[in-house]
Amino acid sequence: MAVILRTEGLNKVYRLGSFTRNRKIQALNDINLNIESDQPVIISVVGESGSGKTTLAKTLLRLIEPTSGSATVYDKVVAGKGEKLPKREFLASIQPIFQNPFEAFSRYRPVDAYLHETATRVAGLQGNAAIDAVEQSLASVGLEYADVRGKYSNQFSGGELQRVSIARALIPNPNLIIADEPVSMIDASRRMIIINLFLKLKLEAKRSFLYITHDLATAYYISDFVAVMNKGVIVEFGPAREVMTHPQHDYTKLLLDSIPTTRQRWRPRSSVAI
Amino acid sequence: MIRLNNVVVTYRTSRGSINAVDGVSLEIPDGCVVGIAGESGCGKSTLMKLIYGDVTSPMSLSSGSIDYGFENDKGAPITSANIREQWFKRISYIPQSSMNSLNPVARVGTQFIDFPGSDPDKKRVMEKVRGYIGKLGLPPETLDAYPHQLSGGMRQRVMIALATFFQPELILADEPTTALDVVVQKEILLLLMDLQEQMKNTILIVSHDMGVHYQTTQRMLIMYAAKAAEYGDSEKIFRDPLHPYTRMLISSLPAIGDDRARQGISGTPPSLWGQLTGCRFAARCPLATDKCRAEEPAFIEHRPGQFAACHYAGTEITQTGDGQWQ
Amino acid sequence: MTQDAMALPTTRSGLRWRELYWLVNLRLAIGLTIVLILAVGSLVLPLFNTVDPSVQASYWKNLPPSFKHLLGTNALGQDTFWYLVYSVRNSLVLGFVVAIGVTVISTIVGLSAGYIGGSFERVVMLVVDTFITIPLLPILIILGAVIRGSSTFLTVGLVIIIFGWAWGARTVRSMALTLREREFINMARFSGANTLQILVSEIFPYVSAFLLVGFINTVLFAINTEATLAVIGLSKVEVPTLGSIIFWALSYNAMFTGNYIWIVAPIVTTVVLFLGLFLTSTGFNAAFATKRGVA
Repeated sequence: MAVILRTEGLNKVYRLGSFTRNRKIQALNDINLNIESDQPVIISVVGESGSGKTTLAKTLLRLIEPTSGSATVYDKVVAGKGEKLPKREFLASIQPIFQNPFEAFSRYRPVDAYLHETATRVAGLQGNAAIDAVEQSLASVGLEYADVRGKYSNQFSGGELQRVSIARALIPNPNLIIADEPVSMIDASRRMIIINLFLKLKLEAKRSFLYITHDLATAYYISDFVAVMNKGVIVEFGPAREVMTHPQHDYTKLLLDSIPTTRQRWRPRSSVAI
Repeated sequence: MIRLNNVVVTYRTSRGSINAVDGVSLEIPDGCVVGIAGESGCGKSTLMKLIYGDVTSPMSLSSGSIDYGFENDKGAPITSANIREQWFKRISYIPQSSMNSLNPVARVGTQFIDFPGSDPDKKRVMEKVRGYIGKLGLPPETLDAYPHQLSGGMRQRVMIALATFFQPELILADEPTTALDVVVQKEILLLLMDLQEQMKNTILIVSHDMGVHYQTTQRMLIMYAAKAAEYGDSEKIFRDPLHPYTRMLISSLPAIGDDRARQGISGTPPSLWGQLTGCRFAARCPLATDKCRAEEPAFIEHRPGQFAACHYAGTEITQTGDGQWQ
Repeated sequence: MTQDAMALPTTRSGLRWRELYWLVNLRLAIGLTIVLILAVGSLVLPLFNTVDPSVQASYWKNLPPSFKHLLGTNALGQDTFWYLVYSVRNSLVLGFVVAIGVTVISTIVGLSAGYIGGSFERVVMLVVDTFITIPLLPILIILGAVIRGSSTFLTVGLVIIIFGWAWGARTVRSMALTLREREFINMARFSGANTLQILVSEIFPYVSAFLLVGFINTVLFAINTEATLAVIGLSKVEVPTLGSIIFWALSYNAMFTGNYIWIVAPIVTTVVLFLGLFLTSTGFNAAFATKRGVA
């Protein structure tokens, strides 16, 4: 079985302030994860702001250096101790999807420039092969290359632009796609289009996802595994269905209890006649 | 009873004008919590601004009016023309981002003092305030702190204290919990519901989160592309919606413990620039016919207390095996 | 929150050149007109002239304006009009040369320091801050002897470049610092871009508006500095520039001898030129500011 994601003693400490009066913030506290599987999986990391879930994503993406510990993705050490993956190989194995699709692209460049660059610089394709790769990945997210070519980010809707972002991440055939709150800035009625797309990509294109979110309902919907984080610590981890329907840890129970569902009311509400 | 009479709010720009709210007529009964739901661009925030009376150029109320159902000191009925005088007294506002609304360089206590109050004795006012915020779960030291020293939840409680101190008859809350963690959100929403039950006033909550609406509201207005799509008792809307947009929206929300496949609504709301004919949801609606595209449906009462703007209101829509709507 | 599809009118068009209509505002139009008239005039007119205007005693002294001498002649026997034309040309050339030098250096230094960061940035900013604190005018006065002794008056320009690039570098660096944190930079990194490609393709477009306005301001600044030096006699006053013409007029007491045109004409020209440059610079600024408000 391949190691999809393993972290060993991953720590990230921020030191704020000057020499004499400094504060220590433990953004990641001894994170130990081990997920092995032969099939592609979707792993959700859920938690509130300040829980460390975004720090974990940034560490795996090598945007932040861990203070100690290591992280392995698909049998390759990507961060921390023992990491010696060359940049090209790293970019070809892990790709991100960011929260705000409008911020993810420069205002001054057409979005397909990024797609093309990924094809040539990361996937190493040239000329027509590169164009084919771009076309294919756009098709797999339901977009036509002709509709995308030459357009700037302000000409798309949020949902479309996020799909372009996903297409770009797919081009180098990465082992793991890390999606940081990918649908929180998208209208509720169109969220499921993106979420269902993740499912489809997992099943058909065999991509694994790390889905960072505070929305437990969508996490429940698509995940195989879920890790619940609070203040830099993983408080609970396990198969998604199990953890979310039979939570063990108090914090998980509190979290699940606080979600405003549309099934059962916290308080009875009387009807008011006109 | 607040009555909106076919209000139209127009934004005038150098490129032309656009109706952010295009003819909404409603009656909001007293003493209840009403939710305004809808997606970005639907006009819910503009509607809230209009009700609050915060209409400044380039925004203007180009037609229609609002009757608030209460009178000012001189006995004249309040309408959109003179609602501003009543800010913080009979009507108040809880904004989305408390950090943007509190003066960052002033202690929290002084922001209460700035208040238009009838009591000139500041010490007495502060004592009252101290007692009041205790009821909202805030320690009295809160008043001596600066906004950045408080947590997001505490700040939002301060905003609620500011908004409810004078026991206004109408409180408008614009996405009051969107910036908060879900655990804190529940506390704040419960607090709001408690206050409403004590004060028996009307609260309007704008939110894009349908779960928040289900938990807190008694009636709900769904807006789509600057028009009212559906309005009625919340429970009834969630159980059996009239408008296909509402039905598809509610069905697309995943829930924990429910393993059914969910489907989003493909397409986007129409651009509000230019002429729009017929029903604005027609392009994305599985029930759309030529009549829908040509003739705009009227917002009428299809069931007692339930209003919708649809020619085929109440028609069943189901999802087929692969998730398509029909 | 989600993008508000209504508040931003989606005209479904990108940054095409035909969209440059937002640039046009009254200020910019007037400013550019003034500058272009002066620039083109001062560059083209000398082609029609055969006499070197700085040569003294070419004509009778202090002649009143006539068809042959549009602004008359001065106490040195030079044609005032042609002297003025060459002055404007030389001043503008100086201004643009200095502006190009300053802009190029400050951009390269500022962008690289801001983006690369770390110890590279610290060392570079130490150099920048050192240059910022050196006051330009005293240096120029001290170097007055060098300037007067050199063969071309562009030496002044060189000195202005050397001591003038630092301020812009600091501003560009702080712009690069904020841009570095934006999400599309990460996107570019994951698309395989290296540091140079990111600086050129991603970051540069965002600072280009600032650079344009800064360029025009530097032109103004350079012309002004040189004119200041010339008026007090510390520049190469044999070369016609806007400052040197005033220097000579003052030296020969043009006001008292009644040759008003000699001193008034360059002053008016200078004011008009500065006005033109100022309006162009603020015109661009205003246009960019309104543009930023839209998508």
